[in-house]
Amino acid sequence: MTASPLPAARDLAVRHRLQWWEALPWVAGVAAYFLFPNYLAFGTQVLVTILLALSLDLVLGYAGIVTLGHAAFFGAGAYTVGMLGMHLGWTDPVAGLAAAALVAGLIGLVSGWVLLRTHGLTLLMLTLCTRALLVQAANMFSGFTGGFDGIPGLSFKPILGLFRFDVLYFRTQYLYALVVLFVCFAVVRVLVYSPFGRSLTGIRENLLRMHAVGAPVRARQVQVYAISAALAGIAGAVFVQATGYVNLAVLGLERSAGVLIILILGGYGRLYGAFVGAIVYMVLEHTLSKAYPTAWQLGLGLMLVLVALYARNGILGLGEALRRRWSAR
Amino acid sequence: MSALLLETQGLCKSFGALEVARSIDFRLEPGARHALIGPNGAGKTTFVNLLTGVLRPSSGRVLLGGEDVTHFAQAKRVKRGIARTFQINQLFRGLTVLENVCIAVAERLGAGGGMLRPAGRRTEVVEEATRLIGMLRLAEDAGRRVGELPYGRQRLVEIAIALGLDPRVLLLDEPAAGIPSAESHILLEAIAGLPKDIAVLIVEHDMDLVFRFAQRITVLVGGAVFAEGTPAEIAANPEVRAVYLGTALDG
Repeated sequence: MTASPLPAARDLAVRHRLQWWEALPWVAGVAAYFLFPNYLAFGTQVLVTILLALSLDLVLGYAGIVTLGHAAFFGAGAYTVGMLGMHLGWTDPVAGLAAAALVAGLIGLVSGWVLLRTHGLTLLMLTLCTRALLVQAANMFSGFTGGFDGIPGLSFKPILGLFRFDVLYFRTQYLYALVVLFVCFAVVRVLVYSPFGRSLTGIRENLLRMHAVGAPVRARQVQVYAISAALAGIAGAVFVQATGYVNLAVLGLERSAGVLIILILGGYGRLYGAFVGAIVYMVLEHTLSKAYPTAWQLGLGLMLVLVALYARNGILGLGEALRRRWSAR
Repeated sequence: MSALLLETQGLCKSFGALEVARSIDFRLEPGARHALIGPNGAGKTTFVNLLTGVLRPSSGRVLLGGEDVTHFAQAKRVKRGIARTFQINQLFRGLTVLENVCIAVAERLGAGGGMLRPAGRRTEVVEEATRLIGMLRLAEDAGRRVGELPYGRQRLVEIAIALGLDPRVLLLDEPAAGIPSAESHILLEAIAGLPKDIAVLIVEHDMDLVFRFAQRITVLVGGAVFAEGTPAEIAANPEVRAVYLGTALDG
């Protein structure tokens, strides 16, 4: 006998379906290409940051793993592309993405396997340590990494052998970054609606219960950590391919903290929080630093205080709360 | 002794000098309705934690269906058919009732790690969760977030999740704790309606519930088995009355 489907079951069965508004980011992304031809280099940086924030959302927003070391994987991907280009002359962009994902994913797998035995503050400290270790490694093995100076002047082959690609080809860069983000986003979206994604939410919501239903909790955490690391590595790869250089800043604590702020600003655990957060943060940073070169960080800081006080779930969370209040009337 | 479903042999657990389980010998047969009672701090929840693998015993063994599971991790014991509810609700509060049960069912059916097909389209998971929700009369709340439900309804979700694991042994840790008396009949009905073939061990303070439910009762005092017998024997045992029941059974 099969039970008659509940309304809740019908809702659940269609929840993963695409909504009309989910086309908006991509329409906006393409529109920006035509509307702001002089800002495409900046646009590429925004897209890269969105991808990094999206990868962080998978571990932080969905699985509830708090990390300050996410730049480690961004940097690992970036250095992979840089070193392959410099030492092996391997400059195919798409192959570079694959290599970056593999290397960053492996580092995520190994470090996750070790780190995720811990949680809370210990875990936070250890994620910081992973990042610091990679910075030191990149600094010390200067024969491979260029040390403090990094690797400048990288150039890459045409994408798929078709589209010419260079530091100065902003249009190609932008569209390339947009396509990479789209593909990565599609992967993340499938993941979060899958049973695996639901089990991550379960781990975030109640670890004790997740153990009690017999879920292999740590294996799931390590899996998502590695997947997220691979995506962050891809973001790092696109960054290097677009800018043509790599140095220690790709592994910087500022990047780790910045992307965390961006995700919280946009709203974590919501897929699109990464988009909203990255765009708002970077556009504000860009315009404020032009308008008030000395005091622009004050504006950003003020906004973050307001978000922390009045919009715990970020801009998207605020939007949801307002909509709920509106429909309750 | 293959007729026994769950057995402990000389189970001990100590935290430093504090002995919380002292050589507990315990048996549960298929279909049993067993209650575990004892004063606060008697080690009842510790015992549940030892059975489920949250804690490892200092010495002694836990056997499930004749198999030694003493060194099995929690997840592996769940796969062998031992499920529990918690004294204090441990639910996915931000998720709906249906999703809560689906997570458990998905893990049992081995679908919990699937990364491709959307969770809501796993019809075998959703149908089984729907059946359990119907059984516990939660259907009208299936689409509501667990955190929004009254506490008594949440207690039922605890049981639905445990049943979603298709257990052979179900451990209910104070299922009536925190339920207002007006709602307690729902819980009583739910417990009475549990499948007959699973063995149920209930840890409870509510003597009304214990004596209505249990075929056998074990009294735990200071981490050791103080008495065991049928409800009538326990109620008549003067020592049990002295240390624990007090005057609760009078009148």
